[in-house]
Amino acid sequence: MTLASASTSANSKVNYRQVFADGLWHRNTGLVTLLGLCPLLAVSNTVINALGLGMATLLTLVVSNVCVSLARPLLRPEIRIPAYVVIIASVVTVIQLLMQAWFHDLYRILGIFIPLIVTNCAIIGRAEAFAARNRPLAAAADGLATGLGFCLALVALGALRELLGFGTLLRQAELMLGSWASALELVLISDYSGFLLALLPAGAFIALGLLVAARNWLDARMQAKSQNSHVRQASLREQGGEA
Amino acid sequence: MENKPIRTDSTQPWRSALALGLVVIIGTALLAAVNGLTRARITDQEQRVVLEQLQQIIPAELHDNALHRDYYDFSADTAFPQGQIVTAYRARKQGQPVAVILRFAAMDGYNGRINLLAGIAVTGQLIGVRVTSHKETPGLGDGIEIERSDWIRAFNGKSLQQPTLEQWAVQRDGGSFDQMTGATITPRAVVNAVKRALLYFQQHQQELFETPAHEITEK
Repeated sequence: MTLASASTSANSKVNYRQVFADGLWHRNTGLVTLLGLCPLLAVSNTVINALGLGMATLLTLVVSNVCVSLARPLLRPEIRIPAYVVIIASVVTVIQLLMQAWFHDLYRILGIFIPLIVTNCAIIGRAEAFAARNRPLAAAADGLATGLGFCLALVALGALRELLGFGTLLRQAELMLGSWASALELVLISDYSGFLLALLPAGAFIALGLLVAARNWLDARMQAKSQNSHVRQASLREQGGEA
Repeated sequence: MENKPIRTDSTQPWRSALALGLVVIIGTALLAAVNGLTRARITDQEQRVVLEQLQQIIPAELHDNALHRDYYDFSADTAFPQGQIVTAYRARKQGQPVAVILRFAAMDGYNGRINLLAGIAVTGQLIGVRVTSHKETPGLGDGIEIERSDWIRAFNGKSLQQPTLEQWAVQRDGGSFDQMTGATITPRAVVNAVKRALLYFQQHQQELFETPAHEITEK
């Protein structure tokens, strides 16, 4: 499926439904292709941290995909990789400066992981596999789908770890949304002494493993269901034929 | 064995170079523009963070100068080991020195560097100590954060006379400061670093207040 969507040529029509299904589910960066695990595991200890990095990565993917797509006439095969690197690094640095200026406290928490978005191989992967072969609108859609998939996986992981580790959801929301948002914190387990393992890197790996397993289980169930319905339809048709 | 060079579209290599150069120029121009637009705001934000940290230690009514601008950097290896750069912020009221806040670090935490701020009044008494960043173990060593426990408040009002110099250590080392359950190395590092800062203050008080702002002095 990845290969099929990767080799979509510039002329053929882009199936946006397929782009989003791939980005969000079939080749979800966080849960299936497992790219960009370093930031994924490092900052996913609360929902807000996860959301901050997820949004920054999402924005990077959309903008870098559009830039790569726009630069297609310039990108001769022998220079395309260095060109991607320059484009992605510029986009990430711009986002880093904007975050430093307007979301300074969140930036201080996410710290080194914002510049490290450059090294998230999912981004150069989408540039090479999709953006370099498609029109800007399609490239933007692919960036949005892939970024949303990554962001959702991050937030799910952040929610799981924050719930286990602190017994809350959305703590420190004011770092991202302003002082009114400190009221958003949901204390789901009061007087919770905290579960340290969930906040440590080991807990991040365990939680990610659980999420990957849950996604695979859902996927298998959905496939079995659609197969069953095919079989049932087929057998109904046969019965109809016999009757 | 001869290695065949990889043949690509080598008919006009200068066109590739030109294209890559163009990408680099556009990227650089974009960065320069965004940097110009955001620089002032980022500096403001950084100063706001510094001022908030400093005012956690010295309340606004105790001084009337912009203490985050009245600072200088220095290094002094015996008191502040491993060549760290120490910043001294001066709090003054009507020109009279009130207190100094030192930004320094304990280098011997369980996971390395623990960055500290210590406010010392002209009397030699500690006004307060805060940890600004550290890598200590969550759940054990992070009790030094004020958000997690009151341990760091034990420094309030302490000086080199009270407790005595020998008592400036954690209890396990025969001193008067509590250690935390499960973590001795972290509090020991903080207590020893604050003690060294107080000793430096005792010996260099005049210099700390009289050195003009924004100058790097080597010692």
